[in-house]
Amino acid sequence: METVKAKPVKFESIGFALKSNIRQYAMLIALIVIMLFFQIATNGILLVPMNVTNLILQNSYVLILAIGMTLCILTGGNIDLSVGSVAAFISAIVGTLIIRQKVDVTVSIVIGLIIGAVIGLWQGFWIAYVRIPAFIVTLAGMLMFRGLTNTILKGLTLSPFPKSFQMISSGYIPDLFPFFGSSFNLTPIVVSVILSIILLYFQIKKRRNKIKNETELIPRSLFVTQILFTLVAINLFAYALAAYKGIPIILVILGVLIGAYHFFTTKTVPGRYIYAMGGNEKAAKLSGINTNKVLFFVYLNMSVLAALAGIAFSARTDSAFPLLGTNFELDAIAACFIGGASATGGIGSVVGTIIGALVMGVLNNGMSIMGIGIDWQMTIKGFVLLMAVAFDVYSKNKAK
Amino acid sequence: MQTILEMRNITKCFGSVKALDNVNFQVEAGEIHALVGENGAGKSTLMNVLSGVHPYGTYSGEIIYQGKHCIFRSIRDSEKNGIVIIHQELALIPYLSIGENIFLGNERAKMAVIDWEKTHWDATQILRKVGLKENSHVLIKDLGVGKQQLVEIAKALAKNVQLLILDEPTAALNEEDADNLLRLLLELKKTGITSILISHKLHEVIKVADSITILRDGATIETLKVNHGEISEDRIIKGMVGRELVDRFPKRRPRIGDVYFEVRNWNVDDPLIDGRRVIKDVNIKVHKGEIVGIAGLMGSGRTEFAMSVFGKAYGKNISGQIFKEGQEIELNNVQQAINNGLAYVTEDRKTAGLIAIEDIKHNISLSSLKKISKRWIINDHQENEAALTYRQKLNIKSSSIFQKVQNLSGGNQQKVVLAKWIFAAPDILILDEPTRGIDVGAKYEIYTIINHLAEEGKAIIFISSELPEILGICDRIYVMNEGRIVGELMKEEASQESIMKCIMQSNRGRY
Repeated sequence: METVKAKPVKFESIGFALKSNIRQYAMLIALIVIMLFFQIATNGILLVPMNVTNLILQNSYVLILAIGMTLCILTGGNIDLSVGSVAAFISAIVGTLIIRQKVDVTVSIVIGLIIGAVIGLWQGFWIAYVRIPAFIVTLAGMLMFRGLTNTILKGLTLSPFPKSFQMISSGYIPDLFPFFGSSFNLTPIVVSVILSIILLYFQIKKRRNKIKNETELIPRSLFVTQILFTLVAINLFAYALAAYKGIPIILVILGVLIGAYHFFTTKTVPGRYIYAMGGNEKAAKLSGINTNKVLFFVYLNMSVLAALAGIAFSARTDSAFPLLGTNFELDAIAACFIGGASATGGIGSVVGTIIGALVMGVLNNGMSIMGIGIDWQMTIKGFVLLMAVAFDVYSKNKAK
Repeated sequence: MQTILEMRNITKCFGSVKALDNVNFQVEAGEIHALVGENGAGKSTLMNVLSGVHPYGTYSGEIIYQGKHCIFRSIRDSEKNGIVIIHQELALIPYLSIGENIFLGNERAKMAVIDWEKTHWDATQILRKVGLKENSHVLIKDLGVGKQQLVEIAKALAKNVQLLILDEPTAALNEEDADNLLRLLLELKKTGITSILISHKLHEVIKVADSITILRDGATIETLKVNHGEISEDRIIKGMVGRELVDRFPKRRPRIGDVYFEVRNWNVDDPLIDGRRVIKDVNIKVHKGEIVGIAGLMGSGRTEFAMSVFGKAYGKNISGQIFKEGQEIELNNVQQAINNGLAYVTEDRKTAGLIAIEDIKHNISLSSLKKISKRWIINDHQENEAALTYRQKLNIKSSSIFQKVQNLSGGNQQKVVLAKWIFAAPDILILDEPTRGIDVGAKYEIYTIINHLAEEGKAIIFISSELPEILGICDRIYVMNEGRIVGELMKEEASQESIMKCIMQSNRGRY
């Protein structure tokens, strides 16, 4: 009885597939072009192993914030202006606990994250249940927590932190395979090879499944190109890490966060609720979604991530200071929009945002290496943000 | 008679899709010319070409208006020539006054300084012409849709309109307002204004139009002359669908069971205006396998009733009881309503039914995510399966389940909304204007789906403003007026007249 019917699978043409996903590919291509440009303009300094590691360390706090900001923006173009101040406030608290009160580092970090959650409950309450626009609640938060930071620090800088705290942002995973002498760290290579195999296995399995269900549309050649590109990128990156000091601890934290939030937004029910709410809140409500709860959770989550970013940043700078985190919110918001998030909500992705944050990070880093002044850096970054969103709007209009 | 407008060999493409294919369209001066056709037939596109929304150069063919070849690069160009289009979605600013709206973009001003005296004086004159008895200082948001429509026409008159294009002007109006509007069109005709009327409501078309042009699949099929209404709706429908529709409502043999769903003594207050009761002592019953209609004019409280029952999605100070299979149930939020087997298909699919930027698959699964997930993780395979199944079952015409809902036609969008709720496997379905703004063919398909659901033993509440539809599909009909049930008619005793009589009598009783 069991006969296998060979169903003809309809693939899109390569041109069509590229065109319909242009928004996703465009930023990736832009990132590569920008990297190539700076690689040439800095005479190859951009991609030397040390600088690649540096890029990660420098931008870790933006990446952490941008992940949370993506969720906020997805719910309907809401942003969180308070993240910079919350990061400063938490770093001030953690700094005070560790340096002044001599509290254990781990305990202090946990307390910091819990206070971050309490701030999230506070802001989430006003935004989700009283329905004061997020812009206003978080603007208030931006002022309040900056003020409180100053109160706690009494206007002074706290430093230095113990080594164990600094490790978060400047430590590395010890080399697990120390055979090749001291210059080359094999761990990243081993990890990346394992990751590559897992990735390859799941992607192929997924595609098979999709073809079976007649839901796959991307032609084979494009699929292969995508996979190859990803594998090459991962392994090159691992090589760069290996040639320097190995895997930074903060990269592991980032990797876990990115993976978890990517999974959360694409595969889980609450993740879908976030997109649904941003797409059409009224329809989402009438479909049985408690949109207040969704909004509340998103802002709770944002403040916890802001706390984490504050801890990571003060670990990197080895200090907690009153002006820490100034303009962090703007970097995070810019990363989301460059990464293709829609200002009206419902469109965007964690991966897109990461690419957006990397575009900003490479621009910063590349221009610094070239010796371009901070004034011009801001001008150029502002212009890139505008162009990225303009391209987005243009391609959307064209699609209509 | 003299020809005022001739559109010759108009062809317009969107990408690779030909929306208009060599369309010829001719309008005589001083007539009301109806333009009919199914959704996607190209009516709106043709009018957008005429009014400059699609500028010169984006289409091929020529437009001859008042004997001159015309090149319209924008709406401003066409308006300068006295061609004004009134779109289905009204273009009024809610927080500005009637007077300000009438002269929007056309201000009574000297050197950029607005002469408010003259604005409101002129506005008052024009309002008199369109028969709207409102002060020109009243804000648009405080007017009903019917009156807003009149303001739109007043706005057109302020621009010295000669050729007025109305795209579905009565779609959102109740019978009374619609009649009013049609009468106004006849008035305007007497003053020499030519109108082009796009409408799905064929009885209106027959009532007022002098000629009817039928479009189908982007091509002109024929132009009919109406002589004193001697043309039948069936004749027009035949042209629209290209075949004779034997029956506009599919047959069903009702198998009606016991009382399944009951609402008792339902009272609801307006959520915004204190002390204003919108639903008053409503009692309704629905049997298993029965389609129960709620007829009534727009604003009679049907939607408010349905939404307040559906997990109190509307209203405050809600009181009354709900029973399912004789058991009282509490529905305090939408989730509870869904869990108790209710589904509500909203009257406004664009703003409340669909997530337009998402694809078909995500829209269909939205109310049933718990069903296809384990520990909050969505099973992609099951989700695809469901989407594919319902896409096929309901015949949703689309390139794939990944097509964005905003790119579907109205009828197919409505099928997606229905699919979403059928997938949620409800026992009681409340359908609020499920066929609004969709074409004859798609309507038939939707009636078939509804019949099917009833045959499966579901209890169905069917809300509609179109009486023929209610009469054609329902087993029993409640008549609602001003928040009360004012009549209950079995299928056999129901007719348009008997329903209207219930409404009129209840009105009389009140004054």
